[in-house]
Amino acid sequence: MNLITALARFLIFPGLLFAIPAAWFFLWVERKSVALMQGRIGPPFMQPFFDFIKLLGKSTPPRSGVGGLLMKLWPLIAVAAAASAVGLLPVWPSSGGFEGDLILLLALLELPSMCIIAAGFSSRSIFGEIGSAREAALSVSYNVVFLLAIVSIAASQHTFRLEALAQLPASPMHWIGLLAILVCLPAKLHINPFSLPNAEQEIYSGPMTEYAGPELAMWELSHGLEWVAATGLVATLAAPHLTLWWVAAIVFIALSFAVVLLLSAVAAATARLAIDTTVRFYWQCTLIFAVLAISSAIFMRHRS
Amino acid sequence: MCYSRRRSPWLFHMNGGSCNGCDIELIASLTPRYDAEQLGVRLEGSPRHADILCITGPVTHNAVNAIKTVYGQVCGPKAVVAIGSCPATTNVFIDSRTLDGPLNLHLPVDVFVPGCPPRPDAIIQGVAKAAAILAERAAKKLPANPVVMPLVGPPCNGACCAPTNKETTEVQS
Repeated sequence: MNLITALARFLIFPGLLFAIPAAWFFLWVERKSVALMQGRIGPPFMQPFFDFIKLLGKSTPPRSGVGGLLMKLWPLIAVAAAASAVGLLPVWPSSGGFEGDLILLLALLELPSMCIIAAGFSSRSIFGEIGSAREAALSVSYNVVFLLAIVSIAASQHTFRLEALAQLPASPMHWIGLLAILVCLPAKLHINPFSLPNAEQEIYSGPMTEYAGPELAMWELSHGLEWVAATGLVATLAAPHLTLWWVAAIVFIALSFAVVLLLSAVAAATARLAIDTTVRFYWQCTLIFAVLAISSAIFMRHRS
Repeated sequence: MCYSRRRSPWLFHMNGGSCNGCDIELIASLTPRYDAEQLGVRLEGSPRHADILCITGPVTHNAVNAIKTVYGQVCGPKAVVAIGSCPATTNVFIDSRTLDGPLNLHLPVDVFVPGCPPRPDAIIQGVAKAAAILAERAAKKLPANPVVMPLVGPPCNGACCAPTNKETTEVQS
C-alpha cells in the first residue's frame, strides 16, 4: 500500500468523505427504526446533521489547566481513531493492506472506549466516574470474547491480514466467529441491553455528563464512526469475494445497513441489564463459545 | 446554524416543587401518541447537553437555588419554558409561606405553557416556540421576551373558547 492509496482510503472511501455521512445516516437509521418499532414516526432524515451543527454552535463551560486540555483532547482522539479504523477496512478488492493490519484495526476500534473511560474520570463528575467504571467493567467483559472470536477467525485462515481474511472462502469457524462478534457489538456500541455506561435516567449521561457544545458534537460523531467501523468489520468479514469494485462497495454498504437494522431491533426489543448481569453474561455464557471456537481453530491448524 | 437550532431542541426537565402532573404530561409528549422526536426533541440526562430548560412547579424555597444552579449549567444559547400554571402564577398555592415563586422572579422565562396540567400538544407547541425564539435570539442577540401559549384543550362546542382566551391574557398581564 503506497502513500496515495493509503491517503485515498483514509480521506475518501471508506474513510472520512464516506464515513461521516454514513455515521449520520446510521445514527438516523438507529433512531428511526427504534421509533418505527415503538409505533412512532421518529426523527427526520437530517436529524443527526442538525444535532451536530447545533452542538458546534453552542458554548462550552470555561475549563482551565491540564484537566481542561485533556477534556478537549479525548473526543478528538476518539474521532481520529474511529475514522482511521473505518479507513483500514478492506472494501475494495485488491486494495492493498499490510501484514498485521487486523491488529491495528482492533487497537483503533478499542481506542474510543479507552477515551470514554479517560474522559469520564477527567471530567471529575461523580456520574462520569460511575459511567467510566461501568465502561471499564464492560470493556473487560466483552473484549475477551471479541478478541478470541477475531483471533479464532484469523487462526483458522492462517493470517492477520484483513484483505486476505476478507477474500478467503468462508468456513464454519468463520460463521461462529462472526456470531460471537455480533454478540459483542451491542456492548461495544453502548446500545440496549448493554447501554450501561451512558445509562440515562440512572447516572445522567455517564462519562458525557460534563461535556457540552463542540466536544459533545465530537463524541456524537465518534459514536457514529464506531457504528460504521464495527458494522463495516462484520460486513467485510461476511461479504463474499467480489472482483468488481462497485459491486463490492454496494455489498459492503448493504451488509452494514443490515447489521445496523439487526442491532437496532435488538436495542428496541430489550431493556437495560444491570452491570453484574452483563459481566456474568459475557464471562459465563459467551466465553465458552469463544474458547471452543479458538481451541477448534488451533486444532484444525495443527491438523492441516 | 439558525435552522439547525430550531430543528434540534434538547430538553432538560426540572421539577421545582411540582405535584408531578405537568411532569407526567411532559413525558407523555414523548410517547408514541404525540411523538415529539419528530421535531428533533430529545430529553437529555445532563443540563450541559440541553438547549431548553423545562421547569414545572410553583418554585419552592428548597428549589430556588437548585433551579438557579441548573440554569447556570445549561450552555448558551438557551431558553426556559415554564410548564403549567404553577411556575407562571403559583396557581392554587399562591401566598403559601413555603413558596418563592413565580418563576420569572428568578429566571428570564421565554415561554409560559399554562394549564393545570397543560396538554402534551400544548407542551410540544411551547417547546417548538421556544426553539424558534432561541434560534432567533442567538442569531440577532436579542434580550429575553416572554411569550404565553394559548390554552389547548379537548374540542369544545364554542362556549369555552372565549373565557379561555381571556384567561390567557390575564396570565400575561
